[in-house]
Amino acid sequence: MTLDGWIQIALFCAVVLALVKPLGLYMTRVFTGVPTPLSPVLGPVERGLYRLAGIDADHEQSWLGYGLAMLAFHALGFVLLYAVLRLQAVLPLNPMDQAAVAPDLAFNTAASFVTNTNWQNYGGESTLSYLSQILGLTHQNFLSAATGIALAVALIRGFARASARTVGSFWVDLTRCTLYLLLPLCAALTLFYVAQGMPQTLAPSVAATTLEGAQQTIAVGPVASQVAIKMLGTNGGGFFNANAAHPFENPTALANVVQMVTIFALGAGLTNVFGRMVGDERQGWAILAAMMLLFVAGTAVTYWAEAAGSPVLNGLGLTGGNLEGKEVRFGIPASALFAVVTTAASCGAVNAMHDSFTALGGLVPMLNMQLGEIIVGGVGAGLYGMLVFVVVAIFVAGLVGGRTPGYLGKKIEAREGKMAMLAVLCLPLMMLGLTALATVLPAAPAAPANAGPHGFSEILYAFTSAAANNGSAFGGLTGNTLFYNVTLALGMLVGRFFVILPALAIAGSLAAKKRVPASAGTFPTDGGLFVGLLVGVILIVGGLTFFPSLALGPVVEHLAGAAGQTFATGG
Amino acid sequence: MLTHLRPALVLLVALTGLTGLAYPLAMTGLAGAIFPAQAAGSLITRDGRVVGSSLIGQSFTGAGYFHGRPSATTAADPADPAKTVPAPYNASNSMGSNLGPTSAALAERVKAERDALQAENPGRPVPIDLVTASGSGLDPDISPEAALFQVPRVARARNLPEEGLRALVTAQMRGRTLGLLGEPRVNVLALNLALDDLARR
Repeated sequence: MTLDGWIQIALFCAVVLALVKPLGLYMTRVFTGVPTPLSPVLGPVERGLYRLAGIDADHEQSWLGYGLAMLAFHALGFVLLYAVLRLQAVLPLNPMDQAAVAPDLAFNTAASFVTNTNWQNYGGESTLSYLSQILGLTHQNFLSAATGIALAVALIRGFARASARTVGSFWVDLTRCTLYLLLPLCAALTLFYVAQGMPQTLAPSVAATTLEGAQQTIAVGPVASQVAIKMLGTNGGGFFNANAAHPFENPTALANVVQMVTIFALGAGLTNVFGRMVGDERQGWAILAAMMLLFVAGTAVTYWAEAAGSPVLNGLGLTGGNLEGKEVRFGIPASALFAVVTTAASCGAVNAMHDSFTALGGLVPMLNMQLGEIIVGGVGAGLYGMLVFVVVAIFVAGLVGGRTPGYLGKKIEAREGKMAMLAVLCLPLMMLGLTALATVLPAAPAAPANAGPHGFSEILYAFTSAAANNGSAFGGLTGNTLFYNVTLALGMLVGRFFVILPALAIAGSLAAKKRVPASAGTFPTDGGLFVGLLVGVILIVGGLTFFPSLALGPVVEHLAGAAGQTFATGG
Repeated sequence: MLTHLRPALVLLVALTGLTGLAYPLAMTGLAGAIFPAQAAGSLITRDGRVVGSSLIGQSFTGAGYFHGRPSATTAADPADPAKTVPAPYNASNSMGSNLGPTSAALAERVKAERDALQAENPGRPVPIDLVTASGSGLDPDISPEAALFQVPRVARARNLPEEGLRALVTAQMRGRTLGLLGEPRVNVLALNLALDDLARR
C-alpha cells in the first residue's frame, strides 16, 4: 500500500461527502415540486407529457397504487426491450450486421436491465447493434434508475407523513427524476467523457493497420452517452464486454474518479433528501455514517489484499501487487477502490476483472452485495434497503430495551417488522438457494472457468450479483447458457421486486400512522449509539447468513493459496 | 391495473424516445462538433492510413518494438466458428483472462513469460505488468519500469545506443494525473511511433 493510494481513496470520500448537501437540496426540490432553475425550460415538457398520458399531477397514489403503476410500467418496458433485442437484425442502426439476440439471452438481458442489474451475459461489441445499445439499453438505464429513486422517495414520504393515505404519484416522480435530475447531469457528463477520450459516434468499427502490418478492427460507437447514465444510475452494463476496464469506456485516471463519484453521488445525496424531508438532516447523516463506516472498512481490506499480491505471483519473485486483470493507468489502489464502490452501490461496472482478484480482495465485493448493497447502494435501492435494516435494528433495540420501538415518531410494530424481514430474507433465498441448485445440478459444473474453491466462488458470485441487482461478475463463469440465463434472470427479478414491494408496504403503513411526540424514553436515532447498532445488526444478519458459503469459497481459497496450492481445470 | 395502462404506455414511449433516441443522438451530434477527434475514437493516421487508436493497445511481437502487456482476448476459430482461439489485442472483443489467484494455468503462464523475459535481460527484476494480462486485453500502457526493461532488447535489434533509447522512453513517460490520480505509465503505441520516427531520421 502507498501513501498516494490512500490519498486517492481519501480524496474520493471527500468529494462524495461534499456533494451530499447540494445534491440533497436539489433532489428535495425536484421531488417536492418546488421550481428549480431548469423549470422554465423543462416545465412545459413535463406538463406536455402529463397531458399526453392523461396524468393528473396532483393526484397521489396509495402504496399499492404506486406499486401497481411501477409494475405496469416495468412489464411494458420488459416487452419493449425484449422485442428490440430479438428484432435488431431488421431494425436500423446496425452497421456491424449483428444477428438477432437468442431468446434465452434476450430474456436474461431484458430482466437484467429492467431490474437495474445489468448483468452482462451478452458481449456488448460482439452481440448488440447500436440501436439495441441506445434504444434498448440506454433508455432502461434511465428508467430503472428513475424508478429506484422514485421508490426511495415514496418510502421517505412514508416516514415523513402522518395519518396520510398516499405516498406520492409514481408517474410524477418518474418523470421529474428523469427530466430534472438524470438527463441534465448525463448531458454534462457525456461531454466531459468525450473530452477525456470516450467515443461517441454512429460510425462502424474502424479498420486499422498496425505498425507491424496486422489488421486490427477497433469497435467504437455511442459509448459516452451510455456510460454517463450507466454510472449515475448505478446500472453498470457496459458498452463493451470488458466494461470500464476498456480504454474507450474509461480512458483516463480522471474519468475513472469521476465515474466512481457519480456511482455514489445520487445514493449518498438521497440520505440528505431523507433528512430534509423528515425535518432533521442529522437523521440522514447518521444513516450515511453507518454506510461510510462499512465502506471504508471494505476498501481497506481489498486494497491491502490486492497490494499484498497473490501467492502465485509473489512465489515467482514478482513484486508490486496483484496486477492480473488490472489496467496500468489505474493501478492497484484505483482498481481496489472501484471494486468496492461498484459493489457497495448496486452498479456492477468493473474497471478490473474481479475474477482475478486475490481471494480476500474478491471476498469484500461479494460480501458488499450479500449485505443487500445498503452501503450507499443503488440509486434509491440503497436507501430503501438501508431503511429496511433500520426497521430491523429499531425492532431489535426495542426488544433489548423492553420498550415499544419507534423511529422518527412512528411506532415500529409487527407489520413493519414482518415486511422488513421478508425483504431481508428473499435475498439469501435467491443467492444461496440458486447457488446450491447450480452446484448440484448436472447442467452447471461445466460453467466455471477455474477449478477448486475458486470455481465455487464464481457460481456464488453470479447468483449474489444477480439477486442483489449488481451485475458485476467473476467473468470466467460461462453464463450465456439456457440454465444460467433463466436462473440468473429469476434471481434478478425476485431480488428486485420482492424487496421493492415489502418496502412500499412499509411506506404505506408508516404514512398512515400518527406521530408520537418524542419523550425521555425515545431511543435517539441521530447519534453514535444508533449508528453502531445499525452496523452491528447489518453485520450480524449478513455474517450469520453468508459466512458458511464464504468459508467454502474465498476463505478456503485464501488458506490453500497461502499454503502454495494451485488448482488445475480438468484434473 | 387497466387504469395504469395509458400512463404506462404513453410515458414509456415518450421517455424512451427522449432518453433512448433524442439524448444519445443529440449527444453524438454535439460531441462530434466539439470534440471530433475523441468522438471518433482518438485515431492515429500515418501517411493517410489509420494505424490504430492512441487509447487502444495493439500487438507487438518483433524484437525491434517495445511490447505491451499480455492480452487474453480471443476471436472465433476460422476452422470452427463455435470455438475461439487466442487473438491478442482483438479490439472488437475485449476481455481479461479471468484466471483466479490459485489457478494452475495462471501460474504456468506467468512463469513461462517471466522466464522468457528474464533470459532477454538477465539480472534485472521482471516488472509485474509485463507478465500479467490486463483487464480489457487492450491496455495501451505499460509502467515506466516495463519500458526501460525492454531497452536492451530493442537496442540490440535496432542497432541503436541504449542511452538514446532510454531518453526516448523518458520523454514518453506520463505521470499521475494532477500528480495524484492513477499510476505513471508509457503509451506503447506512442513510444513505438516515436521509435520509428527516430529510425527514419
